[in-house]
Amino acid sequence: MSDYEHYEALVVGAGPGGAAAAATFANYGIETLVLERGVEAGSKNVSGGLIYAEESAPYTIDDLFPGFREAAAERPITKYRIHNIAGDKVESFDLTDLHEHDTEWSDSVLRRKMDSWLEDRVHERTRETGGGLLTGVHVNGLLREEGRIVGVTLDELDPITADIIVAADGVNSELARDAGLMDWDEPDEWFQGVKAVVDMPEDAIADRFDVAEDEGAAHLFSGDLFEGVRGGGFLYTNRDTLSLGTVFHLDSLVAEEAEPHELLDGLLTHPLLAQWLGDDYTELEYSAKLVPDSKKVALREPHFGRLLLVGDAAGQMQAQGPIIKGMNHAVTAGALAAESYAQAKSRNEPEKAGTRYARKLRSEGVMKKLRPRGYELLRGVAEDDGVTNVVDTVLTSAVGRAGIRALSGRLERLYNVPTLSALMPDTRTPYVTLPTVIAEELGTRVRDKSSVTPPDLEARIGELTYDTDIGNPHITLRDESYEASGAAVAACPVSAVDFGGGCYREEVVRTNGSEERVVSLDTQPCVECGTCAVVADTEWTHPRGDKGVEFKWG
Amino acid sequence: MHMVVLTKGVPDFREGQVSFDEDGHLERGKTPTVMNPNDRFALQAALQTRVRHGGRVSVMSMGPPGYKEVLREAMETVYADDLHLISDREMAAADTWATAITLSAGIETLGEPDVVFAGFKTADGETGHTGPQTNWCLDMPLVTHVISLDIDEDAGTLRAKRLVEGDIEEIETVETELPAFVVADPEFEPSYRTAGERLTLKDLREETQAHAENYEEHLTVRDHADINVDPDYIGLDGSPTIVSSVDPIPKAPAEREATMVDPDDTGAMQDVLTAMQSAVGDDAGDAAAAGGD
Repeated sequence: MSDYEHYEALVVGAGPGGAAAAATFANYGIETLVLERGVEAGSKNVSGGLIYAEESAPYTIDDLFPGFREAAAERPITKYRIHNIAGDKVESFDLTDLHEHDTEWSDSVLRRKMDSWLEDRVHERTRETGGGLLTGVHVNGLLREEGRIVGVTLDELDPITADIIVAADGVNSELARDAGLMDWDEPDEWFQGVKAVVDMPEDAIADRFDVAEDEGAAHLFSGDLFEGVRGGGFLYTNRDTLSLGTVFHLDSLVAEEAEPHELLDGLLTHPLLAQWLGDDYTELEYSAKLVPDSKKVALREPHFGRLLLVGDAAGQMQAQGPIIKGMNHAVTAGALAAESYAQAKSRNEPEKAGTRYARKLRSEGVMKKLRPRGYELLRGVAEDDGVTNVVDTVLTSAVGRAGIRALSGRLERLYNVPTLSALMPDTRTPYVTLPTVIAEELGTRVRDKSSVTPPDLEARIGELTYDTDIGNPHITLRDESYEASGAAVAACPVSAVDFGGGCYREEVVRTNGSEERVVSLDTQPCVECGTCAVVADTEWTHPRGDKGVEFKWG
Repeated sequence: MHMVVLTKGVPDFREGQVSFDEDGHLERGKTPTVMNPNDRFALQAALQTRVRHGGRVSVMSMGPPGYKEVLREAMETVYADDLHLISDREMAAADTWATAITLSAGIETLGEPDVVFAGFKTADGETGHTGPQTNWCLDMPLVTHVISLDIDEDAGTLRAKRLVEGDIEEIETVETELPAFVVADPEFEPSYRTAGERLTLKDLREETQAHAENYEEHLTVRDHADINVDPDYIGLDGSPTIVSSVDPIPKAPAEREATMVDPDDTGAMQDVLTAMQSAVGDDAGDAAAAGGD
């Protein structure tokens, strides 16, 4: 082998998946190097923000990092409700049973605080193995020798080889793509989430959400408040902030040409939220993130040679109606990946780490959660456009409405059945039509008036912190025609039609009497969500280490 | 590997910090003292050498007791092990020659360092003499304007890229035996291309954070007797340079006359417009003529 710097284990990305992998490697005494591209772990990370410890999971974050909840989390979530909305009519269901199903605990988190706390522990533990954690280092691809993966290439350092490589580099994993395990082609395989972190004093949270110091609330929103785009909204209480956001299927966003920040504003200004937001709305941070739909993209064999994928990089994000779980699966997968390598090595067959890891994901029940069998069986029928139209027609007809009214006493209970959530087809029926009909038939009118005025997109971008890599854009447009890349103008969370300060703009070029609609790109305001990698024709990489956006809350 | 880095405290010349009296003389009392900005590059060069080869970094300065804070800043920059301040009333008003004699005597008391680093020019004196003159006393190979550095410990050699005549367009590579004296250029860029180097750097940073809080424990202050120099060769007595007077650079005289016009005064604004048109008219005529070919 060539004369490269070598570590036994290499972990790319210091989110919860990478941290879990690194801690587990360290527990086995394996020399481990962790590479993180942000200025600090968490500075590139956004979550809605609930982390679960599942009773059925072989590893949880507090198993691996004792003291996690006290030091790195915000609040235990003790109330969980969903609100079905039609205009100003709302019918709310208590989903605490669903939330507590298989749940040891669940806390709201803010990623900068959480991940940077993990970073210190991971560095300390991996340093004892002879490795350590470095920030500001961007791994940009795989190093191969004679066709086999042997290490990684980096922007800031010379190539590094390793016996095992764990790619925990997130939803836009450059390593997963380099290995040919993921592509960014199909918008219907992804969700896009946008979020606002809102300032709110502890006593206001206690008052408005009726929660004690060690309690917290989660509220979900669906119905007709999002212009028919498939998805929903959420509100989580943190210690002295709120996380409010919306998550939509990317294909639906594109089809409706909806502006993500406007859909978020639709939630923020809905009268139902007035009781919680009051009249002193202060937004601390606007952020966005792409979310893989594990039902469709969670890899059954997330490995290739020495490369193991964990977390979002492997599509391990469970978003099934009101069940939204990602970080816990990343933690479990990270630990299982490291454990698989340690065990395979002790049997003198380290090359079998990958198949062992995939087997563990199945035997430990992770795959079953990520890709529910019922969904796979029903998908062919339930996601057929014709079927959706028929179901929606029936549901909105007098017969359907009568049915909803007849079910009224039992609907809340049905919503709390985990297997039903897992079956939920990816159509407008459960996201839009059903909640709207429920609210119309059973809902009560909200009397409050919203006095929230969210900041506009320009102000939101202006509040973000960037270290721009001037002259070295990390995204380039391969095809600037409107047909190929125009969808990004609306779908990019920091761009908008008729807004000049965003990443993507539509331009009309007039040459020799003919007109052409083209798209131009300026990556300065980029929040690195990856939306345009899917909906536009781009050459998409992350910025170099320490460069680009820096989230302070996440 | 033992490295010594020379540094100096200088007035903080940044806007808002520096203060001059009516005659244009620097008010030292009102201007904070900071580490000479160019010394940062010498410290970076020493730090890179230490990260790659291990060893010890000492930082030395000659100056009043107030320079302790400068040494602390240097310690935090280079993650230095020990600090040395040569401080003595006898050394006051030294020119670069007397300073060089003092510093070289100080360095000799530290044993035989492998590399001595100095910055390029101080922000107050701007001579660029002190480093090379100190080395004249030490009699080691001297490499100036260094922008990158590689040391081969086994061979006992130092290879450096340096700017020829200080010109960024012209770079030469030179090699010399250790021990050597290195003057780092402001173009010096440290390079850490392996994870191992960056992890060492991180360790050093963490160690120094604890270390720098009690920096005085790592600081040795010595006078001329301690470093064994004759008072006739140091301070004002040892300085052949005579500064007869200091004159401020005269300000460029304002050559243009300005007339204030109220934008609401239509008549006055019309005059402005006419004046502008006649000025532009002349230029426009010239431009048209020039554009003819």
